[in-house]
Amino acid sequence: MPKVVLASGSASLALTGGVTEFEVEATNFRRLILELEKCFPGLGTQVEESMAVAIDGEIYQDAYGAVLRPGSEIVLIPKIGGG
Amino acid sequence: MSKSHVTTTINGEAAEFLCETQQTMLDVLRDVVGLTGSKEGCASGDCGACSILVDGTLVCSCLMLGVEAEGKSITTIEGIAQGDQLHPIQQKFLEHAALQCGFCTPGLIVATKALLDENPNPTEIEARYWLAGNLCRCTGYDKVIRAVMDAAAVMRGETV
Amino acid sequence: MNYINSDLKVVGTRPVRPDGVDKVTGRAVFSADTRASGMLWGKILRSPHAHARIVSIDTSKAEALKGVYAVITSADFPNIASEEAFVGEGPMNFRDLSCNIMARGKVLYEGHALAAVAAVTPAVAEQALALIAVQYDVLPHVIDVDDAMKDGAPVLHDDMFTAGVNPKPTKASNIAKVVTFKKGDIDAGFAEAEVIFEDSYTTKPVHQAYIEPHACLANYNADGQVTIHASSQGHFMVRAYTAKLLGLDMANIRVNPAEIGGGFGGKTLIYLEPVAVALSRKAGKPVKMQMSREDVFRGSGPTSGASVTVKLGAKKDGTIVAAQQVLKFQAGAFAGSPIGPGCMCGFAMYDIPNVDVLGYDVVSNRPKVAAYRAPGAPISSFAVECAVDDLARKLGMDPLVLREKNAVVNGSKTHYGVSHTNIGFTQVLAATRAHPHWKAPLAEGHGRGLAVGFWFNIGGESSATVHINEDGTVMVATGSPDIGGSRASMGMMTAEVLGVPVSKVRTIVADTASIGFTFLTGGSRVTFATGMAVTQAAEKVVEQLKARAAQTWDIPVDAVEWQDGKAVPAGTNAGAFEPLDLAAIAAKQGRTGGPINAEVSVNAQGAGAGFGAHICDVAVDKETGKVEIVRYTAIQDVGKAIHPSYVEGQIQGGAVQGIGWALSEEYIYNDKGQMDNPGFLDYRCPVASDLPMIEAVLVEVPNPRHPFGARGVGEVPIVPPMAAISNAIKGAIGLRMPDLPMSPPKVRAAIDAAG
Repeated sequence: MPKVVLASGSASLALTGGVTEFEVEATNFRRLILELEKCFPGLGTQVEESMAVAIDGEIYQDAYGAVLRPGSEIVLIPKIGGG
Repeated sequence: MSKSHVTTTINGEAAEFLCETQQTMLDVLRDVVGLTGSKEGCASGDCGACSILVDGTLVCSCLMLGVEAEGKSITTIEGIAQGDQLHPIQQKFLEHAALQCGFCTPGLIVATKALLDENPNPTEIEARYWLAGNLCRCTGYDKVIRAVMDAAAVMRGETV
Repeated sequence: MNYINSDLKVVGTRPVRPDGVDKVTGRAVFSADTRASGMLWGKILRSPHAHARIVSIDTSKAEALKGVYAVITSADFPNIASEEAFVGEGPMNFRDLSCNIMARGKVLYEGHALAAVAAVTPAVAEQALALIAVQYDVLPHVIDVDDAMKDGAPVLHDDMFTAGVNPKPTKASNIAKVVTFKKGDIDAGFAEAEVIFEDSYTTKPVHQAYIEPHACLANYNADGQVTIHASSQGHFMVRAYTAKLLGLDMANIRVNPAEIGGGFGGKTLIYLEPVAVALSRKAGKPVKMQMSREDVFRGSGPTSGASVTVKLGAKKDGTIVAAQQVLKFQAGAFAGSPIGPGCMCGFAMYDIPNVDVLGYDVVSNRPKVAAYRAPGAPISSFAVECAVDDLARKLGMDPLVLREKNAVVNGSKTHYGVSHTNIGFTQVLAATRAHPHWKAPLAEGHGRGLAVGFWFNIGGESSATVHINEDGTVMVATGSPDIGGSRASMGMMTAEVLGVPVSKVRTIVADTASIGFTFLTGGSRVTFATGMAVTQAAEKVVEQLKARAAQTWDIPVDAVEWQDGKAVPAGTNAGAFEPLDLAAIAAKQGRTGGPINAEVSVNAQGAGAGFGAHICDVAVDKETGKVEIVRYTAIQDVGKAIHPSYVEGQIQGGAVQGIGWALSEEYIYNDKGQMDNPGFLDYRCPVASDLPMIEAVLVEVPNPRHPFGARGVGEVPIVPPMAAISNAIKGAIGLRMPDLPMSPPKVRAAIDAAG
């Protein structure tokens, strides 16, 4: 199963009760969000609205279709904008 | 409030306009005459985006009253090219990519014209100090100065 | 398709930009150059107080003035609920945005808008503003970030409870959010360290200082249809936010993108447009608004000022084993400084096993910050890159060697959890070492500084169309405002794919009704994301061109190839046909199936991060404290330069904005919380005579996610300059200048204090 890592200690940690690493059964980014919401109510919504994910090192923003592999490492980080 | 009648020359053509006495030349050009190439960046004479030539002298049109144009010869950015023939300064700004957003460009080109009319062979330092009254936030001035120096060389007939 | 290793004919050359002649002749139409029949002029009343309750606003006298058609306050806007949206630099709350463009209940900074009028002339509008009677209950204010965090500081929002701390605080404060990033074991890291260096730094808010003030022209028709001409970094953003703030349907709003006179992040949100629309609705006439320069300084931008501490621990051989940073960022009057990226970027260049970063997002009585080139990164990196330099001194190491030793490579895992992929930092450092500037002897009394920088760059949603005209020339339309030459680069990529000269391709920026959604021009995304859409659209056109040729020759489409702008038979088996060029196929497009065109929309991922290194030589006048930049070199991985001149221009311009941030730019407040320098005379941007040539060195490590290998370039160059200059000053006079700007009085005071 892909492993999810919370890098930022901002509001998301409150939603996971302090858990920073866990595994989620998902093969794409959309399923991941749904599963996160199921495990930690509020986290899926937060990820969708204000966070980006790094899947095996590469940053994705709001891409439901991004593919997750069984050993993928998914890091949740604040969404990136720019000037 | 009665308006003042002003008779002047703009870009080589005889021109007349009515303006309020407190209206700046920049506002007159943009809102009365309809020449919007001169830009307002600060309205306080600090950015140079509204630069024009008055009897050949470089002026921030935001610091000049419209009524002061009476009897003068005004050159704006719209009067720099000769018909469809770009002025060498304009051509060199294009070739050197000396503009990004292009908002300060009219002022820079008019100011450069004034520089090269007065000093056809400026050093880089002289060009930098002459153009110190024209703010550009995009380019860091590097390509602007290269364009100015190259235009000067072309106008002296040294290169094409 | 991927063209990274192809023989390119157009991409990488330096043609004149297609909008160039308009811009050198004064014909380009910027927002303030637009007019409408029967137009009124709108003006905004702004608060003279830094913090006050609005007791009452009496607009009756203003409304009675001849020539005044509308006066509005926050009562004319829907009181919308709190809702997060994603703006240029991070999440932004629509309720805050609404309260920022028109104060509701309280004014939170000097310059905060609280009423607006529309009148026949600007002069009448000004007179009307003076007739609006506002009764204020002036409240204590707070400007400085450290002061705003103190117990007992005046609290701006009584419903702000610090997010990111557990349990949720019970008392309201000015700290909107706390962010932490941790990697490894920081205590163990420092215990292992043989040399430790620690220092504190401050930076001042600086304005993006685009030369074109915000401006717009809005018309609200009797049937509810709205047209807006506006200069912004994203006309779809203007449409979305205006719709949201006024409760309108997007289909009823059409935004025409005017030419934009600079933005640098500061035009990724709106100030005037909903106000102009509301005025137009009330007046029944089009309304034009433009900010004065003073309005721009007091009421828009800037970026955060900050207070930062850095602690580094290293082994004697220079291996950095522990790094800690605390960042306190001013958000302005509403939550939302770029604290997240600030926390992520400082140490993103280094592979450090134990990292601990703590960030605070803090409100105070200043204008709400807006994105500014690589938001957050320059502040964070200024502190880190000064500390790394001082650590090198303490270790007795060359500052470049120390950076090389600890630099991230592909696969290095950052403290925010992301592993770097497809980066070119190694190549940037190699180019730095090889550059003649790095090896050049230093003149007597001069100092040389080095600093490196990082920015993520983004992708996102973009739409593009490519149309083939009947004569074989080509039109390209995108939804990305052209802020620095993107029409040129879009046209060049199209020309390359189609195999035609760039002069046969014309690019426009299409309005919100004429092209699919496109996210704003920001995050260094246009060449990457919109470039991807343009390239794919051109490729779809090539497929159609091949099909039309196949039809003409009556052979299978897979027997046709597209080479150098011509359809040719694929090998001798396909048959012997004379090549058909674009013009020949276009001439018969009606007979072969109708117009040839393609529209492509993408949500581009994999933007490819950027790294840069800047070398700076300074001379310090010990009498006056003035710092002169003697030589400046900026080296950067740009992926692939589509139009190298505009890539260099981005780097040169970004570096010079950084030089201004380093040496002369700052918001200066008096004790009433009012800005004392809201003009270009006293807010000192760099001018031509302050600077030498800025040498931009393009390192090209292709980004495999882009068809031509491009990665964003516009933001990285503002990250290194402040530290590079502080490090150079230290080299010249032996003193660390940890507080920006390093202006003459400060440098002189430091010299005096050192004796």
